[in-house]
Amino acid sequence: MSPHTLIILLAFTPSLMAQEAVTLLSEVDANLTSANRVMESSMTIHGKRTSRTITAKTMAVGTTKSFTEYLSPAAEKGTKMLKLDKQLWIYSPATDRTVQLSGHLLRQSVMGSDLSYEEMMDDRKLSDIYTPLVIGRDTIDNRPVVILQLTAVVDDVAYPSQKMWVDAQRHVPLRQEFFAKSGQLLKRMDLKEVVRIDSRWFPLVMIYKDMLKDGKGTEFRVTTIRFNQEIPDYIFTKAALKR
Amino acid sequence: MAFSIASPTTKLNAMLSLRLAFRNLMGAGLRTWLNVFVLSVAFVVIVFYNGMLDGWNQQAKADTRAWETGSGQLWHAQYNPFDAYCLEDAHALLPPAYEQSIDEGDITPVLITQATAYRDNRMQNILLKGIAPEQIVVKLPTHLLDDAHEEMPHVIIGKRMAAASHLTVHDTLLIRWRDRHGTFDACQVIVAGIFGSNVPTIDNGQMWMNLTRLQQMTGLSGHATLMIAGPGYQHTPQPGWIFKDDTELLKEFSDIIRAKKWSSSVIYGLLLAIALLAIFDTQVLSIFRRQKEIGTYIALGLTRGHVVGLFTLEGSAQSLLAIIVGTLWGLPLLWALHVNGIAMPGAADEMGLTIGEKIVPVYSFAMVAASIVLVTVSATLVSYLPTRKILHLHPTDALKGKLI
Repeated sequence: MSPHTLIILLAFTPSLMAQEAVTLLSEVDANLTSANRVMESSMTIHGKRTSRTITAKTMAVGTTKSFTEYLSPAAEKGTKMLKLDKQLWIYSPATDRTVQLSGHLLRQSVMGSDLSYEEMMDDRKLSDIYTPLVIGRDTIDNRPVVILQLTAVVDDVAYPSQKMWVDAQRHVPLRQEFFAKSGQLLKRMDLKEVVRIDSRWFPLVMIYKDMLKDGKGTEFRVTTIRFNQEIPDYIFTKAALKR
Repeated sequence: MAFSIASPTTKLNAMLSLRLAFRNLMGAGLRTWLNVFVLSVAFVVIVFYNGMLDGWNQQAKADTRAWETGSGQLWHAQYNPFDAYCLEDAHALLPPAYEQSIDEGDITPVLITQATAYRDNRMQNILLKGIAPEQIVVKLPTHLLDDAHEEMPHVIIGKRMAAASHLTVHDTLLIRWRDRHGTFDACQVIVAGIFGSNVPTIDNGQMWMNLTRLQQMTGLSGHATLMIAGPGYQHTPQPGWIFKDDTELLKEFSDIIRAKKWSSSVIYGLLLAIALLAIFDTQVLSIFRRQKEIGTYIALGLTRGHVVGLFTLEGSAQSLLAIIVGTLWGLPLLWALHVNGIAMPGAADEMGLTIGEKIVPVYSFAMVAASIVLVTVSATLVSYLPTRKILHLHPTDALKGKLI
């Protein structure tokens, strides 16, 4: 390699790395988001003494519409949630009432988990709200990963920065760390059991952990997931909550 | 003219009735003193209960004014102290009209936001309250919040919060909050001081910090949730801010005291009822045993009304004696309680009520006078009730002892 070639390569390395980061984040988005999906999942909330598991069926279109019905346990069965853009309604069969959550209520924990309604609702593409930068390479569970530093480009985001370990070959995050403005690590998410579904790689298990307190966190497990399904429009109406 | 003639006669009758009543009472001996003592206990207990509640009322209100409410508060229109969720929207820029009052120290702004405190891997939801270190409106030791040159923000907490969180002075802990956009932020803070206050509403689950620092942390520069007014504040209405005066701010506590007075009246009411029952029984027995005496009175020319008055006076005189006896033994006791106070159990203020380590009973003239009237009137009433039979008395039957 001639000295000129080396100088040119060195000069372009940062922009190449930035381009790699943007491409990688877009591919992560492509894997994690879809035009629509129908999913059954279980959420296990580990408490200090006991753990409890909630199962649910979710139908979602794009990043703006989703409908979730809780299937078990008996106390939660029949509870439904409808998300339309930035609005969230919850129907409780015990009271036969629909309540709209807004403002500070959206920041409360979902069923005592480590997830807030707001976080659960935020389905925006990562590439729409963060600028990525490659900051390193490593391995997780014997998979080569690229470490991305994500910095928020919008104000209305819960975590202004994230660190993401992305599988270099499958383009799926295997770990995410969420930071406060001050740089304090607040939450970690480990993603496991990555499987091939249609043309995408998708993690079936996500473990959320609040890093500031004790506990095993919350485990979110996808039982079944189907992409690009026919979902009737009436599902995403308030009337469907009481059906 | 009739008045001037009748007056000495009436006076003579009254004096005669009084002398007769007291002579008869003394003649009854132990029975009278037993009634008098029980009634005096009721009287002293009434004064004590009311004095204790009045003392608690005065003390708690004075403490609440000194530590929390000042001479009044200006609330942001959306602020509701019972709804933590309102805090996200319950703040606004301080109106320019209040700038002079703030500069002169007549009012002090407070910004409130929700936060989470983490220590030893435990989390606790708290309210983070910003207040100016130089304020003099409330007694909080805010001078400890002067941390402009410190890297780590200073916080002050109350003794209850310190006990619940196992915090001591110079301890550090992590707090997490959201800024105006909902973005998480977190930092370490140091406990600069722990204050002891009888007012739990400025203590439980709360941390106080420098107002300017909190405004910077939340991105709410110049904003406040409420303002506390000092005695020199002259209210100027401003849109978006609602003035809450002393009465309104302390209404909840006044309601509690009112309810407490009703519930305590049941206790001393029972005691009073026992004493009055004793007087009633004594009167019934007295009339039964003194039928011939009643007949003699009437035969000698006393009207039935006079005789009823005489017996009623005997009964009510017991209340006067009870007040004198109660004063003799109760005054030193009540005075000692006033001087030393009544120690409250350690957990008393954990119920969320403003209550000191000691309650100092306060005995106002009006309260004591009302208690005297209550005892005297009720004793007179129960003394009168059995004597009504005398009104229907035939003198010859009375002389034969056939009244009843």
